[in-house]
Amino acid sequence: MKKFGNFNIAALVIGFSFLYIPIILLILFSFNESRLVTVWGGFSTKWYGELMQNQGIKDAAWVTIKVAFISSTMATILGTIAGLVMTRFGSFRGRTLFSGMIYAPMVMPEVIIGLSTLLMFVALAVDRGVFTVTLAHITFSMCYVAVVIQSRMSSYDDSITEAALDLGCTPFKTFMLITLPIILPAVIAGWLLSFTLSLDDLVIASFTSGPGSTTLPMKIYSMVRLGVTPEINAVSTILVGLVTLGVIAASIIGRKQKQQTI
Amino acid sequence: MSSNQRTQSLLKSIFNGRRAIIAIPYLWLLMFFMLPFIFVLKISLAEPIMAIPPYTALLEWGDSLLPSIRASLESYLFLFSDSLYIKAYLSSLKIAIISTILTLIIGYSIAYSVAKAPTRWRGILLMLVILPFWTSFLIRVYAWIGILKTEGLLNLALMSIGIIDKPLIIMNTDLAVYIGIVYSYLPFMILPLYANLEKMDISLLEAAADLGCRPFKTFWTVTIPLSMPGILAGCFLVFIPVMGEFVIPDLLGGTKTLMIGKVLWTEFFYNRDWPVASAVAIILLALLVIPIMLYQKSQEKAIS
Repeated sequence: MKKFGNFNIAALVIGFSFLYIPIILLILFSFNESRLVTVWGGFSTKWYGELMQNQGIKDAAWVTIKVAFISSTMATILGTIAGLVMTRFGSFRGRTLFSGMIYAPMVMPEVIIGLSTLLMFVALAVDRGVFTVTLAHITFSMCYVAVVIQSRMSSYDDSITEAALDLGCTPFKTFMLITLPIILPAVIAGWLLSFTLSLDDLVIASFTSGPGSTTLPMKIYSMVRLGVTPEINAVSTILVGLVTLGVIAASIIGRKQKQQTI
Repeated sequence: MSSNQRTQSLLKSIFNGRRAIIAIPYLWLLMFFMLPFIFVLKISLAEPIMAIPPYTALLEWGDSLLPSIRASLESYLFLFSDSLYIKAYLSSLKIAIISTILTLIIGYSIAYSVAKAPTRWRGILLMLVILPFWTSFLIRVYAWIGILKTEGLLNLALMSIGIIDKPLIIMNTDLAVYIGIVYSYLPFMILPLYANLEKMDISLLEAAADLGCRPFKTFWTVTIPLSMPGILAGCFLVFIPVMGEFVIPDLLGGTKTLMIGKVLWTEFFYNRDWPVASAVAIILLALLVIPIMLYQKSQEKAIS
């Protein structure tokens, strides 16, 4: 193979500039003194102060954190079981449908998932609110967790679990003492991924939420529709910062785990 | 109890436990992912009325013992009678195909370069790809509004260095939608491509070079075919969700940008015509069933 050359350097520089310049500009203009988002009027943190005064945003942020925390925890439990079923349970009746239900939500357009989930809740006369958004988020997040777990499960040697079972360890104890510690980084990564997926979702939440359960993305979306303001930049910067910390934490956990297995 | 019986009862309990474990995620997905489609299908066959909920019942319990079925294909007929809907499907298809190709070309260059980068850089480069993948979709689309709008940063920059005299009109056009889609979906393309390219057997490429194959030809005849699973996975991950994309055409596109996801949203939230919105969803689903199944197949292959 030809060595890492000029073409590769150019592709990486242009590619990463394309990916990062919009986010950097967004962050930069959240510290702008001027209300105009395109004219630099000096450094200021006043938009963050205004954000703290905005009750609507604070309420929405609280709803979002609650939904994200509960849905990611539930999705991690269900998704871990689903990942185990996909890799360690061999064949069973309805396996193709099961794997279809794991992969389809990851690519299915959100408007279809949102509409269909909402129509079911209406038909079953379930009141829309935090509860229904949480159920919808658990459902699509658990599929991502299942795939993360599945790829971890298929990359380690199964003979230790077999040995434990042969020596009389119960399946549950084997899972808790052997499998879970091995796949723990994937479980944590799955939880973090579910948390950010829930934190980011606009479309499915718009369909399945009711009065009093406006999430942060829904609030941001309604503000964006009215125009670009530094306040949106400020709230976006906080979200980007949180996600960045999460990704860095996940990669450190992953690296530690790698060193341990080696 | 003989030992044989004991093993049998043990096996049975494991077997039942096994079934119970399978049942937990299985039933959840049946309930919250599959069952809802039945309701979409049902409501797509109903008629809109001014009521809560705003559609007619499919089964009517009259005086007789059996209910009478009142299914109407009106919503579907409506979709085919008004050219807006067919145009929206075709326009979504066009936008999805073009943006998938653009994303593939840009994504492949980046993934290929990351895979060829010195090992000590790869970790950080990969993290730079993953970071935007985890960052809010809405925020990333929003970031482009400030750049692309008429008095936005791109026009200001181009005008200040004198490349253009008057601002370019990009915001609220199809071009802005393409930029938004390629930008938002790029990580979905890069990650499967990189996963594939990183594992590629370099000795095959060396063999081609040793036998006198020119680098460009090696790329086309060896690298590209070997990376086909990654290309397919990346293309499905972009093409299928883009077909129903709502946020990007809504925020960056103009009134002329027709995409079916936006049509569905408008029918549901603004026109409150639930049966038509459901019919739009059912037809979109029918169009996407085959790509989704192909995607599932490709993923199962990749795992095993």
